[in-house]
Amino acid sequence: MPTLLEVGQRVAVAIEAVDGERGFRRRLLELGLCPGTTVRVTNVAPLGDPLEIEVRGGRLSIRRDEAAQIRVRR
Amino acid sequence: MTATRHIALLGNPNTGKTSVWNGLTGGNAKVGNYPGVTVDRRAAPLRGHPDLELVDVPGAYSLVARSADEQIALDVALGLNGQPAPAAVVVCVDATQLARSLYILVQLQELGVRCVVALTMADEAGPAAPDAGALAAELGCPVVPVVGRTGVGLTALRQAVVAAAAITTAEPARWRWTPSPALAAKLATVRAAFPTSWPASDGLALWALQCVGDDELAAVPPAVRDAVVAAAPDAAVDDEAVLGRYRWLDDRIAVLMKTAVDRRRTERIDRVLLHRGLGLVIFAAVMFVLFMTLFAWSDPAITFIEDRFAWLGQQVRDVLPDGLLEDFLVNGVIDGVGAVIVFLPQIVLLFFLLGLLEDFGYLARVAYLMDRIMRTMGLSGRAFVPMLSGFACAVPAVMATRTMERQRDRILTMMVIPLMTCSARLPVYTLVIAALFPSQTFGGLSTKGLLMVAMYAFSVVTALAAAWVLARVVKPLKAKRLPFVIELPPYRAPRLRDVGRMMLAKTWSFLREAGTVILACTIALWALLYFPRDTPAGAPDYAALAAAAPDDEARAAVEHARDAALLEHSYGAQLGKAIEPAIAPLGFDWKIGVGIIGAFAAREVFVSTLGVIHGVGDDEGSLRQRLTDERGPDGAVVYTPLVGLSLMVFFALACQCMSTLGVIKRETGGYRWPLFLLGYMTALAWVASFLVFQVGRLLGF
Repeated sequence: MPTLLEVGQRVAVAIEAVDGERGFRRRLLELGLCPGTTVRVTNVAPLGDPLEIEVRGGRLSIRRDEAAQIRVRR
Repeated sequence: MTATRHIALLGNPNTGKTSVWNGLTGGNAKVGNYPGVTVDRRAAPLRGHPDLELVDVPGAYSLVARSADEQIALDVALGLNGQPAPAAVVVCVDATQLARSLYILVQLQELGVRCVVALTMADEAGPAAPDAGALAAELGCPVVPVVGRTGVGLTALRQAVVAAAAITTAEPARWRWTPSPALAAKLATVRAAFPTSWPASDGLALWALQCVGDDELAAVPPAVRDAVVAAAPDAAVDDEAVLGRYRWLDDRIAVLMKTAVDRRRTERIDRVLLHRGLGLVIFAAVMFVLFMTLFAWSDPAITFIEDRFAWLGQQVRDVLPDGLLEDFLVNGVIDGVGAVIVFLPQIVLLFFLLGLLEDFGYLARVAYLMDRIMRTMGLSGRAFVPMLSGFACAVPAVMATRTMERQRDRILTMMVIPLMTCSARLPVYTLVIAALFPSQTFGGLSTKGLLMVAMYAFSVVTALAAAWVLARVVKPLKAKRLPFVIELPPYRAPRLRDVGRMMLAKTWSFLREAGTVILACTIALWALLYFPRDTPAGAPDYAALAAAAPDDEARAAVEHARDAALLEHSYGAQLGKAIEPAIAPLGFDWKIGVGIIGAFAAREVFVSTLGVIHGVGDDEGSLRQRLTDERGPDGAVVYTPLVGLSLMVFFALACQCMSTLGVIKRETGGYRWPLFLLGYMTALAWVASFLVFQVGRLLGF
């Protein structure tokens, strides 16, 4: 299963699961990155990291290693 | 007169909470600090209702906390740990971000907290905006749409708050999901261990199950900790709670949004401001303006203030006879107040610009653009602006760390900002370079210019290295494995009134809390260098010599000699002599030691103190000559270029600035961090200067 880091820009995908240590994944879940939610990478910062993602109609900045913890399905 | 009751104001960041705060209160805000954390506590009476006090809570997405600063939201909402229990909580809910901004409200309702929703950004949501009545019916609490820009809805919001505060019956806990039997059993175990001061609610038991574990919460009783450990909560608890809440929000609330929110304007602006090339150019230009404002453009105001205080001092000198009172007023009180006021131009300008950039939405983009660089030293992109400001002055830069979300990041940034080459170090470097280094060129560039550039580069490298080391060695500064997700809010026109009020509040809290510390230190330092005001035994009769002087020049020379003798005999100079064995291995004599002590008032004071102790008054040209010509008893040059280099390294690394220490004491709410800063920087400076001087000597310089 690909991670959010591996899908291309502008591709809408659904979150399958969030991995990682408990406090880390709880933060992401509480920001609305729940399984089933649609998410899209909209931009990459000029220095290559972090990514800008669209979720629930808002924009968030998320680091690459954090995006690698989010498994998605197309 | 009824007793004051409290209303808390909560909400996600970027939901227009500041506008709501300004709309609900009528000035007279009391700004303090929550105990033990680097978070401002603002409280002010509700406009027209002096018996209701509104308490501001820093923006938060959730009540779940791992550190003491995050726990404030819960403490204020429930009235725990010394906070007064609120009669109601106003929750700012962004109409363009309904589900995410209502998440914290769902948590509050599980805890049985009485809520009033201020529905902000309804104008921005436009046709997508949800119907307030339908939203209120789903949430079971009042919903008042407000437009901060125009003030529409604020009166209705105040009325709703007053009505909610008047309800005397207990608010029932509302759960939007049903815990599984396994979770319900865990909740019961934890709840049974609560102290009597905690409400015995399942909501609080769930909070403990989610927060206790790998945390730094100070106020959780051991019995509760043991019960949580016994209940063995795991990720399944989080899934159940968080996903249960969002499922309800998605099913019942998200459908109230009439269409998708139009974000095209923000997207268009982002295409330019976050562009790979143009975006970075604009970023550099904005940072240049910010930096020049602090570094150069605030100079006329600073000079004006310095001139006014110098004028005031002269007036006092003219009126009062020479003596203790005159010197105390001029060099203690007036200089001390001046030393505080002189920071105001930079603080006012920096917070005005920061307020504009934050409200517009650009500060979050700065963090996004710079995160890659700042994370290499264990910080986030939010640390960039405070660090950059440190090149001008550490005092406003330390205050700017309030724009960072996490306490650990704020403190780590504060601990390295004073290493940046601030403008007060420049007069010291200029003097040392001009007096002690020969004019040579090196590859077509002057050595003096290269040295100055090298000192800047040195400060950046040491600041980055110090952050890297501190983040690994000092326990409270260790990085947590938490996501660095930040919101990139829509671009919004800044409101000058909100920016202005924030700027004034910052300035006032600096004057009241840091200013008093700085003034007290200036007076203490004055006393150290003034008393006992004796000339050594066997000194010539300076008064007679001055009277006999043939011209002004000769009289000035006598006065300079007298001032040098008085200073040399002061407690401060005795201290300088006492520490000479400690600073001799760095290449410093006791005169430099006195200069270093005087420089605690402000680094540039090193130059004038050195001038007085060398008997040349405040003429910098004579001081340079004097330093170049100074010979020891054996006829050797005292101040060699190697001593100069060692001295510059010392000034680059030592925390020679009580104003920085004063402002860090104010921002961290205690003496622990400023003392740590003073200790580690002094040790670092001593070791580095020692190495420079001793290695340099071995190499034959």
